[in-house]
Amino acid sequence: MTFLSILWDKRVPDELPAEPPDIFPDLNLDYVVEAITKSKKAYDLGPFFWAPLRDAETVLFRQEVFRDLEDLDLVDVIKDFAAKMTAVRRFLSLAEETRFEYHRKGWLLEAALVYCRAVEGLLASLEETGLRSRGLKAFRDFLSRYTSSTRFRALATDARDTKAQLEGIHYCVTVGGGRVKVKRYEGETDYSQEIERIFRKFKQNESEQDRLSLVIPKRTGMSHVEAKILEFVAKLYPQAFASLDRFCASHVPFLDETVTMFDREIQFYVAYLDFISTLRSKGLPFCYPEVSTSSKEECVRDSFDIALAYSLAQKEWPVVLNGYDLHGPERIIVVTGPNQGGKTTFARMYGQLHYLASLGLPVPGREACLFLPDRIFTHFEKREEIETLRGKLEDDLVRIHDALQQASARSLFVLNEIFSSTTLRDAAFLSREIMARISDLDALAVWVTFVDELASFNEKTVSMVATVDPEDPVVRTFKIVRRPADGLAYALSLARKWGLTYEELKERIG
Amino acid sequence: MIKVHLLYPDRDFQASEAFPPHMIHLEGDLGLDIIYEAMARDDGFIREVVRQVLLNSLTAANEILYRQAILKDFLDHRDLAERLYRIPNEYLKRKREQWLWVPTHNPSPVAILDGGRRLLEASLDLLRELREIADQNVDKLKSAGLTRFFTSIQEELSDAYLAQMEAQIKALRFPKGVHLSARLGPGNEGTDYLLRKPHAPQRNPIKRVFTSRSPVYSFALHPRDDAGARVLDELRNIGLARAARAVARAAQYIEGFLVNLRWELAFYRGCLNLYEKLSSLGEPLTFPRPLPPGRRLFSCRELYDPTLALVTGKKVVGNDISTEGKDLFIITGPNGGGKTVFLRSVGIARVMMQSGMFVPAASFSANLCTGFFTHFRREEDRAMESGKLEEELRRMSAIAEHLRPNSLVLFNESFSATNEREGAEIADQIVKALLEKDIEVFYVTHLYEFARRLRERETDNAVFLRAERLPDGRRTFKIKEGELLETSYGLDLYRRVFRASSLRTR
Repeated sequence: MTFLSILWDKRVPDELPAEPPDIFPDLNLDYVVEAITKSKKAYDLGPFFWAPLRDAETVLFRQEVFRDLEDLDLVDVIKDFAAKMTAVRRFLSLAEETRFEYHRKGWLLEAALVYCRAVEGLLASLEETGLRSRGLKAFRDFLSRYTSSTRFRALATDARDTKAQLEGIHYCVTVGGGRVKVKRYEGETDYSQEIERIFRKFKQNESEQDRLSLVIPKRTGMSHVEAKILEFVAKLYPQAFASLDRFCASHVPFLDETVTMFDREIQFYVAYLDFISTLRSKGLPFCYPEVSTSSKEECVRDSFDIALAYSLAQKEWPVVLNGYDLHGPERIIVVTGPNQGGKTTFARMYGQLHYLASLGLPVPGREACLFLPDRIFTHFEKREEIETLRGKLEDDLVRIHDALQQASARSLFVLNEIFSSTTLRDAAFLSREIMARISDLDALAVWVTFVDELASFNEKTVSMVATVDPEDPVVRTFKIVRRPADGLAYALSLARKWGLTYEELKERIG
Repeated sequence: MIKVHLLYPDRDFQASEAFPPHMIHLEGDLGLDIIYEAMARDDGFIREVVRQVLLNSLTAANEILYRQAILKDFLDHRDLAERLYRIPNEYLKRKREQWLWVPTHNPSPVAILDGGRRLLEASLDLLRELREIADQNVDKLKSAGLTRFFTSIQEELSDAYLAQMEAQIKALRFPKGVHLSARLGPGNEGTDYLLRKPHAPQRNPIKRVFTSRSPVYSFALHPRDDAGARVLDELRNIGLARAARAVARAAQYIEGFLVNLRWELAFYRGCLNLYEKLSSLGEPLTFPRPLPPGRRLFSCRELYDPTLALVTGKKVVGNDISTEGKDLFIITGPNGGGKTVFLRSVGIARVMMQSGMFVPAASFSANLCTGFFTHFRREEDRAMESGKLEEELRRMSAIAEHLRPNSLVLFNESFSATNEREGAEIADQIVKALLEKDIEVFYVTHLYEFARRLRERETDNAVFLRAERLPDGRRTFKIKEGELLETSYGLDLYRRVFRASSLRTR
């Protein structure tokens, strides 16, 4: 099997989206993808995360690669390879920028050395494990052919031989009164050690040392003065520098295009695994969802809002796990219950699950069977904008209308507290209308609302309620459970809003 | 190495950058500002220090006793704190007047080496003076803290060592240029620069032939080659970095030590000021007996609110309470009967105890708590009653973020901004949760329904205190144990209003 790409099995798309999907802010996926990609800006991974798949086979192709990376502990292998490739690119650009010959040649040699180690190391690691994924197996075979080529062999040998000669050089520089003297090193003793010994008594322990911000100049790059010193060093050690000249003449340039492409694409996997490893270390489960383009029966166990979990993990707060099931005709989950009860979180979780699954990623949860939608629509009320009442309601209606126009039976809706800016009667009326349309479409949806009656709209609706779980006092946010909608008195619901009812308060106190 | 450690047996005090809102409320509700003022006597530095120490309370009895012992030593030797305090202040004065510092703006090793050396020179005689104070006092003191402090000064700053240091500082100049060794790193850039001691020049021409076999290439910079001169500077700086670091660390260590000394002494100076002030009003002061946080004991004689004494400039009424094994204190009684003053006196005494100070009472012992919280009804919010309950809940919710078992919460008329039934329900749920989490609660309340429920449920765990009212309706401002009375202040109020109105109609 020839190697095409580590992200696509059939064909590589000509173009990827230039911007994130507009559902990103509502689902807090902008925040998540930012966190996933922030340490990997150079790879420009965003577009990979902005292009959901509609083909269940490609989803499976990616899941296989993920499983290989995880099951065979290959993430560190890839990271090591990536770090080396980053270094190679940096060294090459340094070589391009300098105006001194031996400086430039020095960086070319360095880049070649690291490149050879990167490629050889990666192949060795891939060969010693039993790869199962189609993607990685094809790439391994490609690497094996490449590294046994004569050209690659000669590159590696010549680079190492030249480096060994340069490393043997040891010289002295004396600086003073505007003069520089250069000679070979001849066994002079270490003077700093002597001074440190005298003042050792006043040495602070490690944590206190920060107060001394000493700026030691870091000589990087090369000035004319150092270039001059280097010339003298070349005169002191002529053979080593002749070898460097020969190396550059016969081997530059040396980078392979397929290796470079793999280096970028594989970061899609590494970045995501890195991101979820923090969450896993807090005991949060992830699983490979079973995706279907035909069945709308879904099951999700112990899942969570990945964005919230990420921000809670940084505060060392526990995360509540939630799940749901859709059987037979059930399509629409209606979530009701007190404020601050985790309803929005549940809605986000639902939207994220489907989106992440459609990228071929492992998703939050212990188990998940999910429908692969053709599109996801979200509609979240922004509470802070309540002042502009009329304009907002109209805008809400226009948006939901447009979404319904574009939607199909394969689409999915996440609706959060829409129409909360109007009166209860209007909200109930409008909600019933929209509900009927979604129901007619046979689309999937989760709907967070304060209109309790929506919860029992028809056989497609499932009622779930945000509540507290007195059985599990460690848990900080609320569970969403399947049961009929209920209500609460004013003062107590205010207390609940602030997490101060007996049950909630007990859970909160550490 | 020499350490101050006068606030903790094993570490320096770490000042907090900022305090969470509930601590700011605590200060306001207890009126701690008035205490700070009396301790500081217009010294802004002392004020900041005592504030930090009071708000960063201790939770270990041994640490409290450690400070108490030091404070007792200072009370016994009133001029000692003064003499010690002068040393760091003199150091800072010299620093200011002679422009001494280890540079932080663009601090090259060469500049740091120079700054560090000059600072060390300026601190040498002060260290000698400190040694002298240590020699004179070490045998007279009783506290472990001061004894250890002075002993370590004697051990670490011997005459011999001080002399040796002085000599080394003078030797740290490099008149003949800096001699470095180097290797070629990646990109053939020079690397591994190490400061070397050059071989001494060989007089004997025959030996010279054998020792110096390498050819020497050299060049001189053009006098106007500023860029080149900068590079050479940098190479010198790279070579001197380790030496500079060693010298600057020594200078900073000594400065850090003196700054800490000033900081920690400032707390004790503040304590001495407050002690003098309250004693002069005829108020009793005592060193409290702290018990571990898991225990429950509250016992006091003549416990008073020192802020009231300081503000009025008079001796004020104190209270005697003695209870054991109780988590909950419910304080009821007539308005203006001294409930809030009592609540404040409890809070202040326990904050003072947990900062290692004496407390405003004739005798005092109590368990420690892991955190102080106040939830006082805000008078200023009365205008906007509708949002008030929510405001109170929001504040309580913020407190809940920080609560841990064995915290102490002082409630003052909390959750009464709604009708009595709902207020009682909310208060009851909150208090119930707190008690089950082993949190200690003092609650001043008018909510009879709430108090009644607690009396029924928390029979063994609650103490009911009442602001005393004499049969003729007059208040003594004394708080005493007593049964719950349904009409706490309504009748008084009724009487007062109706008497006033009858006077008007007359």
